[in-house]
Amino acid sequence: MKYKKRDKALILLADGTIFYGKSVGGKEGTSFGEICFNTGMTGYQEIFTDPSYYGQLMVTTNAHIGNYGANNEEVESDSIKIAGLICRNFSYEYSRVNADFSLEEFLNKHNLLAISDVDTRALVSYIRDNGAMNAVISTDVDNIEGLKKQLADVPNMNGLELASKVSTKEPYYFGNENATYKIAALDIGIKTNILRNFAERDAYIKVFPYNTSFEEMQAWSPDGYFLSNGPGDPEPLQEAQTLAKEVLERNLPLFGICLGHQVIALANGISTYKMHNGHRGINHPVKNLVTGNGEITSQNHGFAINREDTENHPDIEITHVHLNDDTVAGIKMKNKNCFSVQYHPEASPGPHDASYLFDQFMENIKNE
Amino acid sequence: MPKNSNLKSILIIGSGPIIIGQACEFDYSGTQALRSLREDGIETILINSNPATIMTDPSMADHVYLLPLTTKSLVKILKDHPQIDAVLPTMGGQTALNLCIEADEKGIWEDFGVEIIGVDIDAINITEDREQFRDLMTKIGVPMAPQATATSFLKGKEIAQDFGFPLCIRSSFTLGGAGAAIVYDEADFDELLSRGLEISPIHEVMIDKALLGWKEYELELLRDANDNVVIICSIENMDPMGIHTGDSITVAPAMTLSDRTFQKMRDMAIHMMRSIGDFAGGCNVQFAVSPDENEDIIAIEINPRVSRSSALASKATGYPIAKIAAKLALGYHLDELSNQITGSTSALFEPTLDYVIVKIPRWNFDKFEGSDRTLGLQMKAVGEVMGIGRSFQEAIHKATQSLEIKRNGLGADGKGYKNYDQIIDKLTNASWDRVFVIYDAIQMGIPLSRIHEITKIDMWFLKQYEELYAIEKEISTYTIDTIDKDLLLEAKQKGYGDRQIAHMLDCLESQVYNKREELGVKRVYKLVDTCAAEFKAQTPYYYSTFENDVETANGERFVDNESEVTDKKKIIVLGSGPNRIGQGIEFDYCCVHGILAASECGYETIMINCNPETVSTDFDTADKLYFEPVFWEHIYDIIKHEKPEGVIVQLGGQTALKLAEKLDRYGIKILGTSYQSLDLAEDRGSFSTLLKENNIPYPKFDTAETAEEALKVADELDFPILVRPSYVLGGQGMKIVINKQELEEHVVDLLRSIPNNKLLLDHYLDGAIEAEADAICDGENVYIIGIMEHIEPCGIHSGDSNATLPPFNLGDLVMEQIKDHTKKIALALNTVGLINIQFAVKDDKVYIIEANPRASRTVPFIAKAYGEPYVNYATKVMLGDKKVTDFDFKPHLDGYAIKQPVFSFNKFPNVNKQLGPEMKSTGESILFIESLKDDEFYDLYARRKMYLSK
Repeated sequence: MKYKKRDKALILLADGTIFYGKSVGGKEGTSFGEICFNTGMTGYQEIFTDPSYYGQLMVTTNAHIGNYGANNEEVESDSIKIAGLICRNFSYEYSRVNADFSLEEFLNKHNLLAISDVDTRALVSYIRDNGAMNAVISTDVDNIEGLKKQLADVPNMNGLELASKVSTKEPYYFGNENATYKIAALDIGIKTNILRNFAERDAYIKVFPYNTSFEEMQAWSPDGYFLSNGPGDPEPLQEAQTLAKEVLERNLPLFGICLGHQVIALANGISTYKMHNGHRGINHPVKNLVTGNGEITSQNHGFAINREDTENHPDIEITHVHLNDDTVAGIKMKNKNCFSVQYHPEASPGPHDASYLFDQFMENIKNE
Repeated sequence: MPKNSNLKSILIIGSGPIIIGQACEFDYSGTQALRSLREDGIETILINSNPATIMTDPSMADHVYLLPLTTKSLVKILKDHPQIDAVLPTMGGQTALNLCIEADEKGIWEDFGVEIIGVDIDAINITEDREQFRDLMTKIGVPMAPQATATSFLKGKEIAQDFGFPLCIRSSFTLGGAGAAIVYDEADFDELLSRGLEISPIHEVMIDKALLGWKEYELELLRDANDNVVIICSIENMDPMGIHTGDSITVAPAMTLSDRTFQKMRDMAIHMMRSIGDFAGGCNVQFAVSPDENEDIIAIEINPRVSRSSALASKATGYPIAKIAAKLALGYHLDELSNQITGSTSALFEPTLDYVIVKIPRWNFDKFEGSDRTLGLQMKAVGEVMGIGRSFQEAIHKATQSLEIKRNGLGADGKGYKNYDQIIDKLTNASWDRVFVIYDAIQMGIPLSRIHEITKIDMWFLKQYEELYAIEKEISTYTIDTIDKDLLLEAKQKGYGDRQIAHMLDCLESQVYNKREELGVKRVYKLVDTCAAEFKAQTPYYYSTFENDVETANGERFVDNESEVTDKKKIIVLGSGPNRIGQGIEFDYCCVHGILAASECGYETIMINCNPETVSTDFDTADKLYFEPVFWEHIYDIIKHEKPEGVIVQLGGQTALKLAEKLDRYGIKILGTSYQSLDLAEDRGSFSTLLKENNIPYPKFDTAETAEEALKVADELDFPILVRPSYVLGGQGMKIVINKQELEEHVVDLLRSIPNNKLLLDHYLDGAIEAEADAICDGENVYIIGIMEHIEPCGIHSGDSNATLPPFNLGDLVMEQIKDHTKKIALALNTVGLINIQFAVKDDKVYIIEANPRASRTVPFIAKAYGEPYVNYATKVMLGDKKVTDFDFKPHLDGYAIKQPVFSFNKFPNVNKQLGPEMKSTGESILFIESLKDDEFYDLYARRKMYLSK
């Protein structure tokens, strides 16, 4: 192994703060997005390919990233969705028989800019104290004024509709077509592992584009409806909200995860808001208020549903709360066959504590 | 209020004397548990026979019983305190669990209406009885290695024939892998099988197919009464299967696991814990993962109690496992408790790390002459260190710098091996130095694939080593004048010490330091906060690293440092580093009390230590904890940062004391006895002049630096002669020689192992009685806190002798001489703080063997026996806050207290067990007797001359 000198790189935040680092693999470039951090210690490949992270510059807090390389299988979509990677130590060398590439090769394949050797801890503390904001990562370290100008033009995440950017253009199927149940899934940024979870539970899934109408979905005569996770602000997703309303009007089995959960809330007149810096990690504690049990969950959201609105809603019951900040983590409609959670029972990455929610949805379908 | 309001009074069982496999981590867990129960207003009763512990301090529990860990003692306690509602046996290691089971079998708990909390007996039995455990795992679908139980020699042979070699043999119901071995071929099988059967108290061994080379992991779990389970920490053993986890270099978080495999392991661990009974508390699960495309996971074992690994996990993550486990035993649910680090979030969560920790065990093979130094299934380490860094490389460097084995880190000190065959041999037969040899192998150009093939260490770790060497090579192409900031910063980020960089650049350590200052490559401090900075943390638990710059919007450039310096007056206490024979838990006891005393005097207290098993490194012991190597560069940077009033060196054993000279040279104030006095006591020439001036006798002695000189000295002294190197603790390298040939051999040997050391030669007073005194002195007044007499005659190291407090047969005349000499020496040395003096008594004349103006191994013992806080007093004296005359000394002891050393020879079957001037015991216990007619004392006295095999 030869010593390699790395080129300089930086992160410039919208408020003018700069964090210095080095470019990964000598790649040159500039990339914009909203800065966020994920505290997971495993599962970087799943995170990078999760469509919910579309348009975000990802700070990974784990000390090392890339140790076990990357492969073609442990992905949550067909490409890397984050806008850029910021880490402390980037592992150029990896070790895993099951890896198809090094992480560097994987990032190159998807043309992603990454910078390393950043004081990520200082950066995370900064985001924690000052909130999520737009940022740019760049190897163009001598052009800070130019970067500032470009950064000013990047749209704010608040009010931003991103589901259309990551949704499938055409419907597709997943699983065994002879399975007992049929689930229609609205793709507003769906993670593949959600589909795997349904398929494992004897379901055949048809995945529809973000703007599909209820009629189009109903035409396939599914047994249940699912609203997926995804990126951006839920508010502009009018078509999805309309769809949710129509499913609810007919009291058909409905399940929503993350963005889908927010869409269900909006369809019921509960408002959503942009959080200070969101929840992103695989160690988030949630309490199931129905059973009294705790769950360690995978979370990734920058928006949440309004707790007060939810509490005041006559038809909605809060089923899950986040134990760290008491935000709403799950709801159930009292007189409808519908529930949703803010977090990720499909894990990937993360613990499987909440996978019972998929069973619960299948039960809801069966009992219909 | 606790969920179970019936629990008002709880008995905790300690782990007894320190032995290999069960060290001071249980003082840490017991102390945490006691504090935790107290917070809930619970009355606590403690039994532990180890006086050198914090947990046995009168202030820690409502009632402390320093009694032997026997059911007889339990019955006595239960009779004294019929109000005891429950026993918590999970904080005192296997010893406490075994005692709890024994008491249960005898029906004692039932007789006294005592509930067992934190574990259930069935769970212990299932996890310890390997056959039951295996059946259960099969039932719940958790795979294990092919395995069978043998309760007879014949059955064992059958199994071996069935499985083929290599095989592992493990004894049931043993500690630290005692009796465990890997058998590569049939020739060794019979002997190892017999030994395994013998060691097991139930005459049972498990034989399993050896999964050599599989990757090894541990998970630390907590479960509450509501069946919520969280994983506090994942730990990866860098040394794969085949080396006991206590002897393995371990890393947290796991470095080479994908999320998929990790989550599978997490599911299995939770499933396993839920399957073994219905208890609330901590648990440790060990797994092996196949290093191939299958990534198969196999369960190795589960320990339903707080363990060595959970102490490490607590320090690694900041999550106080024992404290929370105690609360869970009371019936609390995890979601009802808060994360004490953040103060604002839930205890029901899984800590996440933005740094890496590396634990390296500390061995003491040099103390066990003839021992097998190869690492295997049976634990041999006596202590451990932990390094924290922002990368694996930085963490492993800090851990190697913490070991105090005269290495500065990996490579770059000219001490590496250069012989190919030797390197291959040392890679193959792992021992204490393999962590260094891997670097040597890479340096020599041995391909990584070959190193991997031999060691089975995951390639990721080897590549980290390789990268380090690439940096060393790069730096070596520069000089101190040409090296640039980027490269210097990178080297520091990878953990290289200034000394190592100086070696690469061929300059002085101080030049590298100055260069760093000049270029702005400054050490900064980060917080251990359980949450990777997601939340603001409340606890001052720091480690150092080096980082790139941050620039504010108005152009101010800086490196982010989380350790804010207050304007309070503050002091630093230097810790004692890893446990080793001769320097163990006693010194942690002293450091903790030093901290508490300084705090009472209004100082902000700062602790520096690198031993994860200790109370001193608990985040709520000192006002600020720097978990850093007790290594010059790190200490100096902390001192520069904090600017304390002074540094206390006399509480942390030889580790801290050795740094006194440099502290003094750099103009840093040493609190208490000055460096000059410390040096004077160590320098035999000046010290004997001092004795002569004060008319105090001492055995004839001289010093030598070569064998030639030593032989000349011998002519003057007469044999027998006691030979030893200066500046050592625990009698390392000490030997009594009776003729010139022995003398020459030993001197040559010593100079080879400890070069450039001055050797001390004393005329050995054959047949003398040994005694020692500890005293506190403020420079004007001396108070003798205790005088102890050794039961064995002179020649056995004081740490290995049974001793009584007060002396059992020294006459008034002798006692007067001891007192008089002690006072004179303490004053003549200008002692401010503690002093320990060792005496030899022959023909009613008292000779001085040595004087150590520092806390000694016996101070905690005397403090416990007399029920007095001597270290607290001594620290206040050091700080100048109090005079000796300010204290109201009220020692209380009925009869005698006997200090009994405890040995761990069973881990080294072939070792020479004879006792001598070099200390070999790993721990001690206290025994109170009413009079000298006591059978125990009579036994010890009768056997005193047996230089016996213990």
